[in-house]
Amino acid sequence: MHDLTDAFVELIRRAATQLPDDMKKAIREAKEKEDPGSAAAGALDTILKNVEMAREKSTPICQDTGTPIFQIYYPLGVSTRKLSDQIRKACAIATEKAYLRPNAVDSLTGKNSGDNTGIDYPTMHFHEWDEEGIKVQLILKGGGCENVSTQYKLPNTELGAGRDLEGVRRVVLDAVNKAQGLGCAPGVLGIAIGGDRGSSYIKSKEQLFRPLDDTNDDPDMGAMEDRILEEGNELGIGPMGFGGKTTLLGVKMGKLHRLPASYFVSVAYMCWANRRATMLVNGEEISYA
Amino acid sequence: MHKLTVPISEEAIRELKAGDPVSLNGVIVTGRDAAHKYLIDNFVKTGGQPPAAEQDMYATLQTLLKESVIYHCGPVVQQTDGIWKFVAAGPTTSIREEPYQADVIEHFNVRAVIGKGGMGAKTLQACQDFGAVYLHAIGGAATLIAESVKEVITVHKMEFGVPEAFWVIRVEDFPVVVTMDSHGNSLHKQMLEQSTEKFAQLIKG
Repeated sequence: MHDLTDAFVELIRRAATQLPDDMKKAIREAKEKEDPGSAAAGALDTILKNVEMAREKSTPICQDTGTPIFQIYYPLGVSTRKLSDQIRKACAIATEKAYLRPNAVDSLTGKNSGDNTGIDYPTMHFHEWDEEGIKVQLILKGGGCENVSTQYKLPNTELGAGRDLEGVRRVVLDAVNKAQGLGCAPGVLGIAIGGDRGSSYIKSKEQLFRPLDDTNDDPDMGAMEDRILEEGNELGIGPMGFGGKTTLLGVKMGKLHRLPASYFVSVAYMCWANRRATMLVNGEEISYA
Repeated sequence: MHKLTVPISEEAIRELKAGDPVSLNGVIVTGRDAAHKYLIDNFVKTGGQPPAAEQDMYATLQTLLKESVIYHCGPVVQQTDGIWKFVAAGPTTSIREEPYQADVIEHFNVRAVIGKGGMGAKTLQACQDFGAVYLHAIGGAATLIAESVKEVITVHKMEFGVPEAFWVIRVEDFPVVVTMDSHGNSLHKQMLEQSTEKFAQLIKG
């Protein structure tokens, strides 16, 4: 396997500066729904202009370039240690090139490492698969939306939420209402049901890698995704919390097995700047999607 | 569209109402978590008697902040031939500065705070008492806002790190919306009340 550091830098550049087409389409459609001249329409218009400008100038869509979260799928025989070293090196180069803001801070001293590397930073999840090539997906998860992401333990008496999909609906809508505009609405929700607290959060973030127009394999969860999307928008929070018809652009749900005693619902809130990019490596050939 | 130019008078602030779009111009200063904690610990809590090492900084900040604007922003910057440039510079979430903002507005006579997501009751009260407003920028619109930053004049407290330092910048036609005015109105408070009522209907039964 040859050195992929430069390819990773390009993956980071694409994620930071180019909003995926499905997200752009959803924001454009949302703008059409808002009343012309409203603060909501104005905010979405500014967002669309910014997205185009960032792509043209190859500069970050948002200055908070977030936590880089990598999902790496590799065949038997590839060294994950080497890949991990190359990814860390690529983060440092991307920071120098101003595709990333220096975002890794020591939790006790507050000292910024300056190059987006640190203890367990960036986040990397490795999965061995049966394909011959390597696939790397990257999401840049901003801090504002991470701070409104949350986890519930069912049952929840206050919200009348039991251990079923109706209970899930209640707590997720509560999370959307509590988030208001703070997560840079309109957002995308990744929801996970079950697991332990840690695996549940990871699963909720994995949902954010799904394209907006895919269909859930589980029809019950699929129907609930649609319902939460509709009802979330009925809350009227709107872009930036200015009020308006679009509060959510997408809802994606997954489940894990859980202990009989536990029933966690994790909600990963992603801002409108849902920055994700994919890289495929097959032999010498590298492509991006 | 209202046009505000630093230095901003109290009269100009009192004319603004929540919901008004504003174009902002002049020299403003970025400051977020570390900056606010620093201002409070060194200048507000000491009653304007800072430790000797911070006295020059105090005078500088007093001049910069008087009738000016604090922008909650941690930018992406680039330095070429010794000259700094803002590459991406959208707002960060303001509510983290809620414990500090009111005192900073009062102590330094700040006229406006720019950020996103709005702030709480204490800041709203300070806006009313001292003639200030909260201006909402579009979260995530970082490249577009960086275009409004015409010049990076200087940077203070670089030891806080790039996102947390005080960046002194000159802006032109920086687009913002007043979401908290100096008359006690907050769009954020109204929105929370409305959406919470709707939420209660959605989970009834």
